[in-house]
Amino acid sequence: MRKLFFYSTVILAAVATVIVACNKNVEGRTDNAPALQPSNNDLNAGSWKPILLTGPTEFAVAAPSATNTPDYVAQINEIKSWQTNLTDAEKNIVKYWSAGAVFRWNEIMRQLVAKYNLPPYQNPDGTYPAPSAANPLAYPYFPFANPPYAARAYAYFSAAQYDALVAAWHYKTLYNRAAPYKVDSTIKTLIQKSDLPSYPSEDAVVAGVCIELMKLLFPGEQEFIQQRAEEHKRSRIIAGASVRSDIEAGEALGKAVAQKFVARARGDRAGAAGGNATLWAQFEADCVARGEIPWNSLEIPKRPPMLMMFGKVKCFLFDSLTAISLRPPAPPSTSSDQMKKELEEVYSYTSDPKRENIAKVHFWADGIATPTPPGHWNEIAAADFLKKNFSEVRWARNMALLNMAEFDAAIVTWDTKMFYFNPRPSQLDPRIKTLTGEPNFPSYISGHSTFSGAAATVLGHIIPERKAAYEAMANEAALSRLYGGIHYRADCEVGLTVGKNIGNYAVQRAMTDGAE
Amino acid sequence: MKILFKGIRASFAGFFVLSSFFVSAQTDMDAIMMEKNAFCVGPMYSYSSWKDYWEGTLKRENLNIGKVTTQTYSIMGNYGITRKLNALFSVPHVKTKASAGTLYGLDGIQDLSLFLKWRPFQKNLGPGMLSLFGIAGVSFPLSDYVADFLPMSIGLRSKTASARVMADYQVGNIFATGSATYVFRDNIKIDRDAYYTTEMHYTNEVEMPNAANFNFRTGFRNHRLIAEAVLNRWETLGGFDITRNNMPFPSNNMDATQAGVNIKYVVPPLPQLSIVAGGMYTIAGRNVGQSTTVYGSVFYVFNLSRKEKSKSSDQPAKTN
Repeated sequence: MRKLFFYSTVILAAVATVIVACNKNVEGRTDNAPALQPSNNDLNAGSWKPILLTGPTEFAVAAPSATNTPDYVAQINEIKSWQTNLTDAEKNIVKYWSAGAVFRWNEIMRQLVAKYNLPPYQNPDGTYPAPSAANPLAYPYFPFANPPYAARAYAYFSAAQYDALVAAWHYKTLYNRAAPYKVDSTIKTLIQKSDLPSYPSEDAVVAGVCIELMKLLFPGEQEFIQQRAEEHKRSRIIAGASVRSDIEAGEALGKAVAQKFVARARGDRAGAAGGNATLWAQFEADCVARGEIPWNSLEIPKRPPMLMMFGKVKCFLFDSLTAISLRPPAPPSTSSDQMKKELEEVYSYTSDPKRENIAKVHFWADGIATPTPPGHWNEIAAADFLKKNFSEVRWARNMALLNMAEFDAAIVTWDTKMFYFNPRPSQLDPRIKTLTGEPNFPSYISGHSTFSGAAATVLGHIIPERKAAYEAMANEAALSRLYGGIHYRADCEVGLTVGKNIGNYAVQRAMTDGAE
Repeated sequence: MKILFKGIRASFAGFFVLSSFFVSAQTDMDAIMMEKNAFCVGPMYSYSSWKDYWEGTLKRENLNIGKVTTQTYSIMGNYGITRKLNALFSVPHVKTKASAGTLYGLDGIQDLSLFLKWRPFQKNLGPGMLSLFGIAGVSFPLSDYVADFLPMSIGLRSKTASARVMADYQVGNIFATGSATYVFRDNIKIDRDAYYTTEMHYTNEVEMPNAANFNFRTGFRNHRLIAEAVLNRWETLGGFDITRNNMPFPSNNMDATQAGVNIKYVVPPLPQLSIVAGGMYTIAGRNVGQSTTVYGSVFYVFNLSRKEKSKSSDQPAKTN
């Protein structure tokens, strides 16, 4: 016994020493992401197929002043004056943004989605308030960045960046203005030198797109976005990468292109996606008429199904009729033996869950206060793109392909969910407890599975050597919903297939957009 | 046998989580010492529940969780290395349940706590006796339980090291004990590889803020009975608030002020045996449930000294 206490004392001293002495600073995987060094500047990208633009010259960019004019020399001197007395903070923002404009703004977007991905609290009378875009800072804050909302936001954001960069690349090669450090060799460069013409600045193009689109997508974050954009633009001047006129032309182009996407977004029917009580009752009645048990909100008080009309939103990769044709056949009838069997399987996974399955459920849950499943796939993509040394325009193109597929996956999924209005496992069998939050919308098909199937298909095309890894991730993400007790196997398996079908539309586009 | 035992460790649990510190912090917060070679050990059961909680500073209920209950079964012990130096341990098994909604309640072995309790000073002062203590403790998870599923998690997984100073003054049968503790908390790893606090973090590691605890207890104490009122304040030194209608997270800024009573009774025919019972109520908090906790335990004192075993007496001795 004394020995036991002796050892206890030793353990106590050792553990205490380790805990007290340890460094608590946690470093994120991308805090020190390396500077972007494109292996190929994709100088032909001005001829790549844009998404909404009629062509790269739809928005004019005026010719820049020559590098021997007093105006240009003054801009060179602005860089020099920044560089004479650089603070650590200035060096840090140069380093941060040098990892890539598309990459860093993608991270910022994911952070905003996570911040706004919170369901509104109910009114005292048991109804739920709807966030208002006109009054985003009053509770409930606008938007509720749930998975469909987020999928749409990532898609517009990425697609607009891509179109704007295609136009930027056109003007870069057209005007062929050299970077400041090539004009004046006394300028220090805090970034990798490049042969890419500097006018208009690709960084400012991306910042301009973000400033403009965020007014639509996260209208309560203007100050934050402006601050990040100013910092981003300044970082490129400090770094010696661009003169002010490169930046100004880029920002103006980015904003102009973004406005075209904003106009599309205002007419894509997402504004009506919230639906109403009559539509909700109709979904229920249609389901009952087919002889099935309809989905019921398990929340208290009962909450309307999330964005019940999102299935009617306009897709990017195909038209509305194609979207309907991608809707899968009906799930097993709620009264069938197959459904009983699937329900029993859900119960078997949740009655005494394995620790390793809980870990999978939580890894892929991407629930409230997260960047959502499309955001998770953006993170997976970004981590791999960082290793590929893509040019900014190729980064944007790849992100646009991924996010258009995710957006369209959300539309087809929501159409399917509302069409069949299939109940969740816990509704049919209250013994089933869930290892993650119960989503407040019908079960069939699993959104996570569809998002993951689509993402794995697109990413497997972009980085073929990772194809098998992406598919394994997608399978795990899909099955995690079964392990978590919120989906039947059919929801997950059919969801994966539908996702792959949608992903293939993005792959078709990728093979014909001029970038391969 | 020359001891009184002591020991209870009330569960201050029933928080969003019970840090192991909270579950076990009781015997290590009183002024009672075991005699040399005496080993006091016993089981404890605690039942804690809350319906209202503080979302940041906003008090609310959650109809989709209902009432959250936490049941804790612990084995606790206290060994007298000398009469001035005691070693204490505690191992709890924790089970959670929500009365509404679909969330799965978790259960499992939580954290092992070890304390060394040292009394370097004890002197008559004025009409009574003053004792001063230094207490050092550590805790660490004994199983691979899930921290990032609040409020259903059984613990926070953080390895802790704590340092406490404590003073006790007793006049006749009336006493008062006060202590202050600093708790170092190690970072934890969660199953996700990214999470949002007030910004995104792309890592599975969560920075856990350190914490402080203040405890004051006063009442009646003799060799047979202790009856005391307890006031406890737990303060997390950092962390962030739960945002509106969000779920809690391990590195939230969890604070709680709790008041309660604690009674220990030594059974007259068998002075090695004692019964402990008590309860605590959360009167103020932040990012925690407003828990009410009741607990009970039974302790038995063994004399582990081979030499003295034969002449051990049945008379309880004064213990402090």
